[in-house]
Amino acid sequence: MTVTAERSGRFGAYGGRYVPETLMTSLIELEAAFEAAWKDNTFRTELASTLADFVGRPTPLYAALRLGRDWGGQLFLKREDLTHTGAHKINNAVGQALLARRMGKRRIVAETGAGQHGVATAAACARLGLQCRVYMGALDCERQRPNVERMKLLGAEVFSCEGGTRNLKVAINEAIRDWVSGPDETYYLLGSAVGPHPYPTIVRELQSVIGIEAREQFTRREGRLPDAVIACVGGGSNAIGIFAPFLDDPVALFGVEAGGDSPEHGSCTLAHGRPGVLHGAMSYVLQDADGQITGTHSIAPGLDYPGVGPQHSALKDSGRVTYAIETDETALSAFHELSRVEGILPALESSHALAFARRYLGENPGRRVIVNLSGRGDKDLPSIMARTKGQAALEGGHHAR
Amino acid sequence: MPAELDARFAALGMTGRKALIPFLVAGYPTRERFREVLRTTAAHADVLEIGIPFSDPLADGPTIQAASSKALSAGVTLDRTFAELREHFPKDGPPLVFMITYNQVLAARDFVARCRDHRVAGLIVPDLPFEEAGELRAQCQAAGLSLVSMIAPTTSESRARQIAAAAQGFIYLISVAGTTGARGEFAAETLAYIRKTRALTDNPLCVGFGISKAAHIRQLREYADGFIVGSALVNAIDEGRERELLTQLRAACG
Repeated sequence: MTVTAERSGRFGAYGGRYVPETLMTSLIELEAAFEAAWKDNTFRTELASTLADFVGRPTPLYAALRLGRDWGGQLFLKREDLTHTGAHKINNAVGQALLARRMGKRRIVAETGAGQHGVATAAACARLGLQCRVYMGALDCERQRPNVERMKLLGAEVFSCEGGTRNLKVAINEAIRDWVSGPDETYYLLGSAVGPHPYPTIVRELQSVIGIEAREQFTRREGRLPDAVIACVGGGSNAIGIFAPFLDDPVALFGVEAGGDSPEHGSCTLAHGRPGVLHGAMSYVLQDADGQITGTHSIAPGLDYPGVGPQHSALKDSGRVTYAIETDETALSAFHELSRVEGILPALESSHALAFARRYLGENPGRRVIVNLSGRGDKDLPSIMARTKGQAALEGGHHAR
Repeated sequence: MPAELDARFAALGMTGRKALIPFLVAGYPTRERFREVLRTTAAHADVLEIGIPFSDPLADGPTIQAASSKALSAGVTLDRTFAELREHFPKDGPPLVFMITYNQVLAARDFVARCRDHRVAGLIVPDLPFEEAGELRAQCQAAGLSLVSMIAPTTSESRARQIAAAAQGFIYLISVAGTTGARGEFAAETLAYIRKTRALTDNPLCVGFGISKAAHIRQLREYADGFIVGSALVNAIDEGRERELLTQLRAACG
């Protein structure tokens, strides 16, 4: 069953627009502007040429033969890590930046978790001569330091958000607060498939290029459809991007949430949340009995979020997509395996999808799966090195005994 | 069921007085001080607005955000707020209005019925725009509560007409685009916007965001029916001069 947004921006019971009245006119204008742009050949042609020449699309579908053999099946990687700026986020950032320019907006604000959306937005804005401010949780600024530097080099202003949980959730709060203070001049370039209508639809449409390419590349190569498509889910933009073109196919779809260091400390919104409203949309939300949003933890900043895109909530309820959990530990071990066996350093977010692929192929030998390798792991070096050092010290201690 | 807020504004309208609507963060700054502030404020208010703190507010400025966050850390919840009001809100106090986010409304069991039982006359749900409000509006109407609608400077005229037509109790007029918080004088464009909205509806119009002193009320009183004062009152509570501020605001409302 295909779940697309109706005019009201609903995916079943989910989605909608739950925002302060001050933002409503901007959202209605944005919806009309996107619909018009999406039907306009000039816009689509410019987007296509930007994706080809600036982003570097199409990205390869890489057959990871050695690792697939180790894991007992055939593993294909959709190499979003090879895009300009190193993650799928750029597909959405260039599309929305072109839309903002078309709408006559000169000032862009964005939030970022892992920093990939911030870097992508900063790059897209630099290229179009737009002013750019990025909000990022203070914790994420620390653990994704290289991306903070990249954003600054690309001309963006980076605002470290000290409040509350100091992660993606706080960055979105601050970006919305900025936007509400000047919605006529400011364009909010939201990076995930979350937020009020029309954002979840805009982001899905702009990210669907991943799934359209992957489906075409796989069928051309293998002469059939894959058995399964696997992607990590924080807000869920890389997942909805690769899932969307497969929704009507007999292909198993798996979204992988971050389990953190223990089941109760993770960011498993679909597994452990319940329907509610966060950041402008009705969707599953991690919250307490009073409706206060609860803190999350994941080693992958891009998955460290107590909400999820509304279409994922609908796809969970309909059963079309199965949502699974991988922990910090299983994701890290998949990170190391891909690095050593295939020579690719994946992002910690994407490593969650890889860890599930390993589990899936173990239980279903011989299957052919596509994993959306949504980003590259260079940004994660500080936290991986810190963790590896910690483990080495621990193991050293054991040896000494 | 006749709504209490309608009766209150009808009575005020006959005297020509403007409604003073002070805003308190539930449980702020401490349990004891809140009880004291609640009594003082009730004595000066025509309608009293109480904000239920939320972990991730989108429309609150720094002052109310900090107060909410402090109240949350001190363990303030909706249940505890109901209990405090039951014990400490004066029997002859003004109508109460809750400001609460939609996620908290969804999470609370029998919310509208419990509000009615605790003499809450109205709800302000800042992240529930007109289009999404149908169900809660109907529930409020059935229980004799008013779901207060908001209009912002960015609201188009046709949209403002729709909102005004469905309004219950009073219309909350957001004075400027942005978050809550004390500001300087109001610009000419703000006056023009309030005047334009005045022409669209006979519903009571109450102005909020940036009303911090008596001079603001005197500047705007010709165009509006009431004034909501939040951040400035929180600041005054911090400095122990809430009675002084409320007296001045009361005098400006006439």
